[in-house]
Amino acid sequence: MADKYNAETIITETQKRISNAFDVFDHESNKTVDVREIGTIIRSLGCFPSEAELHDVIAELEEEEPTGFVRYEKFLPTVTKILLERKFRPIPEDLLLQAFEVLDQQKRGHLEPEELTKYLTQEGEPFTQEEMDEMLSAAVDPDKNISFYWQDGHPEKQTKWSSNNRVDEMGSSDTQTAVAGTSGAAIT
Amino acid sequence: MKGCISPSVHLSELQQIHTHYLFIIMLKGLQSCWDSDGAIDMGCRVTKSNQLQLKACDPAMRAALLIQRWYRQYAARLEMRRRCTWNIFQSIEYSGQQDHIKLYNFFGYLMDHFTSASSQRNLVSQMFRESDMFQDVEWERQFCYKDIEVPDVYGGPHLSFPLTVSIVTELVDAFKNKQKLHARYVLQLLGKTWTLLRLMPNISHVCSCKHTEITICGDLHGHLEDLLLVFYKNGFPSAETPYVFNGDFVDRGKESMEILLVLFAFLLLYPLDVHLNRGNHEDHIVNLRYGFTKEVLGKYPVHGKMILKLLQKIFSCLPLATVIDQKVLILHGGISDKTDLNLIAKLDRRRFVSALRPLTRREADGDDEDVSAGRRRVQSLTHGLTGQSRQELPRHSELHSGSGLTGRSRQELHSGSGLTGRSRQELHSGSGLTGRSRQELHSGSGLTGRSVDEELRERRRLAGLSLSSDSQLGSAEVLESDAEEWKQIVDVLWSDPMSQNGCVPNEVRGGGCYWGPDVTQEVLDRHKLKLLIRSHECKQEGYEFCHNGRVLTIFSASNYYDVGSNRGAYIRLGPDLIPHFKQFQASRSTRELTLRQSVGRTERSALQALRMQLFTHTSALIREFQEYDPQCTGVISVKHWAEAVEKVLRLSLPWRVLRAQLVTSTRDGTLNYQHWLNQLSVIQTHTEIANTSLLETLYKHHSNLESIFRMIDTDHSGLISLEEFHQTWRLLSSHLQTVISDEAIAELADSIDFNKDGSIDINEFMEAFRLVEQCRGVGEDEPAPQ
Repeated sequence: MADKYNAETIITETQKRISNAFDVFDHESNKTVDVREIGTIIRSLGCFPSEAELHDVIAELEEEEPTGFVRYEKFLPTVTKILLERKFRPIPEDLLLQAFEVLDQQKRGHLEPEELTKYLTQEGEPFTQEEMDEMLSAAVDPDKNISFYWQDGHPEKQTKWSSNNRVDEMGSSDTQTAVAGTSGAAIT
Repeated sequence: MKGCISPSVHLSELQQIHTHYLFIIMLKGLQSCWDSDGAIDMGCRVTKSNQLQLKACDPAMRAALLIQRWYRQYAARLEMRRRCTWNIFQSIEYSGQQDHIKLYNFFGYLMDHFTSASSQRNLVSQMFRESDMFQDVEWERQFCYKDIEVPDVYGGPHLSFPLTVSIVTELVDAFKNKQKLHARYVLQLLGKTWTLLRLMPNISHVCSCKHTEITICGDLHGHLEDLLLVFYKNGFPSAETPYVFNGDFVDRGKESMEILLVLFAFLLLYPLDVHLNRGNHEDHIVNLRYGFTKEVLGKYPVHGKMILKLLQKIFSCLPLATVIDQKVLILHGGISDKTDLNLIAKLDRRRFVSALRPLTRREADGDDEDVSAGRRRVQSLTHGLTGQSRQELPRHSELHSGSGLTGRSRQELHSGSGLTGRSRQELHSGSGLTGRSRQELHSGSGLTGRSVDEELRERRRLAGLSLSSDSQLGSAEVLESDAEEWKQIVDVLWSDPMSQNGCVPNEVRGGGCYWGPDVTQEVLDRHKLKLLIRSHECKQEGYEFCHNGRVLTIFSASNYYDVGSNRGAYIRLGPDLIPHFKQFQASRSTRELTLRQSVGRTERSALQALRMQLFTHTSALIREFQEYDPQCTGVISVKHWAEAVEKVLRLSLPWRVLRAQLVTSTRDGTLNYQHWLNQLSVIQTHTEIANTSLLETLYKHHSNLESIFRMIDTDHSGLISLEEFHQTWRLLSSHLQTVISDEAIAELADSIDFNKDGSIDINEFMEAFRLVEQCRGVGEDEPAPQ
């Protein structure tokens, strides 16, 4: 059981992280950010909300008369609560792999870009074309033109996507880090 | 904490309650995490927001949801990193520009401070050789291309005049194929451009009535690829496709010359449909620093000097603004609360050769006396100087006031070299100040050490009674209006918008203003304008609105800071005057990189740039760290590190976040700062230079040094003599108030003169400052990801 002193430290540290992330998008240094950047900020703090969940959060953060901006005074307490509650937890790597396996109906161990595109732009909370393109550009092996592998036999591909489920500080290297026990990811 | 009896007790209690509340939430969070550990949650969280999704929860959909949720977080993290990198580059860029303005102040210092040592005088006079004496006709003779032969072996494009569409198209193709245009044709083309530009007004007025849409491009900065991309997407300039190019065609990118040639070619082809506005980089002194001069001299070793001279003329002939349908104003930087288009329309823009150089006096009747009365230095660009009326004159001038005066004796001032071209009358007056004080009407610079006479004159001036008692040189009004005109132009070329109301000097850039939405409204309304389109600032999406949609920034150099840093954009404006945007990004080099790689690469560049900045402030950093380490343990906390760095560098960046990348070895939240500084980087030099602070100083000012060297090297041979090196360094160091012994400089100069022939190769000298980070061995390209 964490004692109170630690709790205070954690809370302060959390709020500092929130403040830092907020500042990055506070272009005019007047403690407001464009509402369209809220998703990026919250996610960069280690949260994995769905789009619908994000909309709810934004609705909470917006003014009664939406100005297109969100003020820090509202942002901080709401997001502090989100982070401390661990509301939008990271997705464990094995779960992610299972998800891909589900889509790989023929159990080949990989997905063609077209298949991936079909699912992700038509199902669930569909990607925009831009999002799909970006994801493919990162995933596709230019030599083989197929999406990544994930079976055990190809650990290098497997870890390609999984790096850094923990919060990424600026400049974290591109080198892969094997993700361990993400479900227990502490508030870093 | 406890035990205080002041009202703060209540506050801390409240805080405790608040903390307690948050603590409970946190526990709950942890608990819920423990509870559902191991359960397969395919993303179907039962919240009221996605109950809808639960309805049709087949496995494929759930899988897709999960993947999408996961990917969006991944993308957001990348975006955050990209944005942070961006902020770094911007901070450094703007602080670099400020640095360059200090160069201007250094020139001012030189003009005031050269001693009787004739060698020094010659040096300085060399740098400011008065060359604007000739009439245009004279210059045309000078720039004549006719004697330049084009050899048979020349494989590049040929030009013949008058230009035709096919000739120009071939020229563009040639550049696409990396060919170079022969110097003869360059001079010919530039000559005709100059002739044409001289006829143009300061402000071009364009009517959109007969056209469908006008295309407006922002900064290009030598990115030929981007210009070609625009032409590809949008079409070449023509009567049906008119263009406005809003300045900053050159510097930074490597194909500035080609961009100019293409733009000028189209200008000559369609003079009514192609409009060029001057940018702050259309300025030969800025070019010295930011790469254009180097590019030209590299590409045209024999005729480069002449080309640069002609370009100097052309730049000052470029119009300052374009107005469409009397409703849309297009100019490079921005406006200030004093902006007056009528004034701008009337002034003689050709007198303003460089924002960083003293204004040449209007040539009266070719009278020798008047002409040599010449140099008035206009107010310092950092016109936010606080009024410091009387101060002790330090031994060396203050960096920021740029005033550095001494009352010089008559003998000292007698230059006869045309440097300052100060008239005899000035000398007699003993006014060591020079015209600068007269011009600094708005700045209240630190004027010091004057004789009684000078002081009286100054006070009279400030009281507005007369600008100078030496009014044989010209009427007071001339000089006062000079200052006003100067400000109008600098404001147009250098200003940036801000979100707060008001108008304040732009300290970051060192020139122009920051202007607010109220100023936009006032100025635009006063001129009955609807919209202001400007450039000057890089934007991630290539364009950005501000000031309630009345100011639009357009920027056309993609990947400006580094590969993947930003898109470029251009505007299409129809008769309805509603801007439509097209974005693009030159991707030749980005195509092979994945999104993460390109962010990573840009990031590494930014971090490297930051490390260099840190290195140049080593001594100051140590002093600051020691404040936090009174016992001299060599160790400070990470928190103090961040505070110290922010204070010394004065770059407002998220240092705590950056710390992880800049300080790799910490223990328990502390670091050994001496060790860190040593490790930070290693400067690769060919010489043994034991004195690190010298090196540090040299590095900090290396780009300014380069600018100065290039100005000294007037025949553009790439070499300067040891003596010149020595003198320049001595002058610069006294200006900077840095104590560097003559011996150290001599040693340094000597060691750099590798072949011992008494001259220093500038390029080699500058190369020696390439910072190499030993520890990391950062390579140019990242290997492909697994």
